[in-house]
Amino acid sequence: MIRLKKLAVVLLAAVLTFSGCAGAGASAGTSASAAPATATPAQPTSIKIALGSEPDNLDPMLSAATDTSSVMMNVFEGLLGFNTKGEFIPAIAESYTISQDELTYTFTIKQGIQFHDGKSCTAQDVKYTYDKLAGLDGGTPLNTTLSQELEKVECPDDYTAVLTLKNKDAGFLSKATISIVEKDYEQNSTQPIGTGPYKFAEYVKGQKLVLEKNDTYNTITDRKPTIDRVEFEIMTDENAKLMALKSGDLDIAGVSSTNVPALKDEFTIVQGPQNMVQVFALNNKVKPLDDVRVRQAICYAIDKDEIINVVSGGNGAKVESFLSPSMATYYNDKLNAYTLNLDKAKELLADAGYANGFDLTIKVPSNYQMHIDTAQVIKDELAKIGINVNIELVEWAQWLDGVYTNRDYEATIIGHSGKLDPQDFLNRFSSTYAKNYFNFSDADYDALIEKAASTADQAARADYYKQCQQLLVDKAASVFIQDPYINFAVAKRVEGLKIYPVTFFNLCDLTVVA
Amino acid sequence: MKTAFFVLKKLGAALATLFLISVLTFCVFQILPGNPAHIILGVDADPLQVEALSKEMGLNLPLQQRYINWVVGLFSGDLGNSLRYQTPVAQLIADSLPVTVSLTAMALLITVVLVVPLSVYLAKNNNRALPTAISALLQLGVAVPSFWLSILLVLIFAVNLRWLPSGDFVPFTTSVTGALRSLVLPAVAISVGTTAVVIRYLKNTLLDQMGMDYVRTARSKGLAQNEVLYRHVLKNALLPTVTILGMIVVEVLGGSIIVENVFNLPGIGRLIITGVGNRDFPLVQGLVFYLAFTVVVINFLVELLYSAIDPRIRVR
Repeated sequence: MIRLKKLAVVLLAAVLTFSGCAGAGASAGTSASAAPATATPAQPTSIKIALGSEPDNLDPMLSAATDTSSVMMNVFEGLLGFNTKGEFIPAIAESYTISQDELTYTFTIKQGIQFHDGKSCTAQDVKYTYDKLAGLDGGTPLNTTLSQELEKVECPDDYTAVLTLKNKDAGFLSKATISIVEKDYEQNSTQPIGTGPYKFAEYVKGQKLVLEKNDTYNTITDRKPTIDRVEFEIMTDENAKLMALKSGDLDIAGVSSTNVPALKDEFTIVQGPQNMVQVFALNNKVKPLDDVRVRQAICYAIDKDEIINVVSGGNGAKVESFLSPSMATYYNDKLNAYTLNLDKAKELLADAGYANGFDLTIKVPSNYQMHIDTAQVIKDELAKIGINVNIELVEWAQWLDGVYTNRDYEATIIGHSGKLDPQDFLNRFSSTYAKNYFNFSDADYDALIEKAASTADQAARADYYKQCQQLLVDKAASVFIQDPYINFAVAKRVEGLKIYPVTFFNLCDLTVVA
Repeated sequence: MKTAFFVLKKLGAALATLFLISVLTFCVFQILPGNPAHIILGVDADPLQVEALSKEMGLNLPLQQRYINWVVGLFSGDLGNSLRYQTPVAQLIADSLPVTVSLTAMALLITVVLVVPLSVYLAKNNNRALPTAISALLQLGVAVPSFWLSILLVLIFAVNLRWLPSGDFVPFTTSVTGALRSLVLPAVAISVGTTAVVIRYLKNTLLDQMGMDYVRTARSKGLAQNEVLYRHVLKNALLPTVTILGMIVVEVLGGSIIVENVFNLPGIGRLIITGVGNRDFPLVQGLVFYLAFTVVVINFLVELLYSAIDPRIRVR
């Protein structure tokens, strides 16, 4: 007994000693983020931001993931940039002109821009980038639109790049935001080199991606990097993010709406629409959803406000068609949309021959809690008109393969994140689009999309896109639910985070306050 | 001579197991839907990008061909390249190994340090109030899910007390104390469950042994109770416990998937999730190899330990 007590004392002492020295050693090990208010202009500042997924590829030409580009847009820049309203601003190109026939875009490159390895950025780099993407260099193209539209790229001198199109594309300027890479530099996947305000420092797989301030940055004059070092911590688990925030190991993290109330006292919450559309997608080719009356009945039966309140805690903007209100120029705010009307829904179902309802399977990707919750609400709502919903959770890889690629499904729920050009959104419903997994096919719609793409007049173009949106409503192509707000919890020592229409951590917006 | 034969026999069995497992993995991958290139790039990818990446990864070859290439590479000691990361699988496993091994070592240390004295104490004082209460508490330790315990530990020690980090692993190369500190909470989260299991096991074996004839003989010979306990009973009771410990080590070395995820530790468990989720065939094959290898090695070590504890047991 006495021996045991002795042992216990020794153990306790050992534990205390260990935690004691560990505590002392740690202050050197952890970065400045754990010790707020110590940052003075003299000391290097550093912050930590959570990144929700592993980067797909650091080479902007090979990357498609929004999370990756939200970081790498600090390293790479396009001919044009964009502001919080989604308007194009000069970046590598200080100005541009469009020819009368709208087939030739001439960009004047700003002089004195340098890549992070010290080489000057010239029209040759622009040509190299666009040739490679469009496959004009003889290689495999990497960008569908450019490979179809781009005729040639010429450089009459080092600071002029002339892009010639095969046919008119009023949305082509959005392609001018594509990241420019250094000519003949092939190591962007491992050691990316751009012209942006931040330089790539290191990438530890599964752990973090680190950027460092580019002191000589001069492309966009009103953007200046102030924070010396930014670590993007790869954290896929929401709980891990919350814990890290609360223990001071993270400064900024995207969190789900349900966790906002628990964080709003300790952190600044920055939230807003993220230019995404959460859609309850209906397969227009399977019975009984191939009947427009059935799809309309579903539209009449779904209460989007309830979904937004239950699933997103009210933090979402209701949408009626396949475009987010954040695309203000093109968004149709006068849509003749469905309002909740169960009698009308039942009537339509009876007309279609389904007075007693039917069974419907919703395949939901199991890695998106928000979509799963939405499916639960929809199940209850559709039960009211006799549709018996069966929710089937499928793994992400299986969803991409079965639902998205092979269109083997009845209904599903997913979010499509936005691009700067409405064409990238609305084109998903045109019958020729390779990934039109809605199986929506409408000749009028195809014609409208085509007209919109080739119309120069921006007002007329917007009008076509607005008609497209109304058509999707009339044909009840699917149920368009909401643009769920993106929510960031930001530590009080960091200020200035802004939300862009394309997910983008613009590090130049951020400052560390002492 | 006998030992060499024993080792050879074990090695042969291990190789056969490895081969069967790799064929099994291959078959599973035949059935599993999912294109790795598409998984990496997601819904917003340009179809041309997906195509280019598939080609770069060599996905245009049928899986049989890829499997044969992989086996051929294996014979020259090459585990192949991960599809997700485009780096050698061996490198990825080697990078994750220090995290998982130190996590295992720390969890094992905590377990062993707690198990022996507590088990002896419980066995000696069976049926008293306090030991019974401790036993009940241990029962709870077995029942508590590790993810819940992990979150609880983080809430107490990282969020409220701020003694230890909530995850965010510091590599050993950066700071040894930093690395150890980031492993304390996960190691505790793992060892609570294992300690509880092993103590219950060891306590019961001790009680069984204490009722044996040789104990009475030793006592009648004049040995003190504690001496009997530590010199004879404990030694005999350790044998089955080592087996259990071996199984636990294998389990933790195989990646505590849940705990590593909650604490954001870049260990083997995280690698397994990434590999399977991304349909990264070479990576999963490599990991399966690693796991099978671990099982074989640990079992071998456990058998060696047997003969050290009980000289009557010889390697056969």
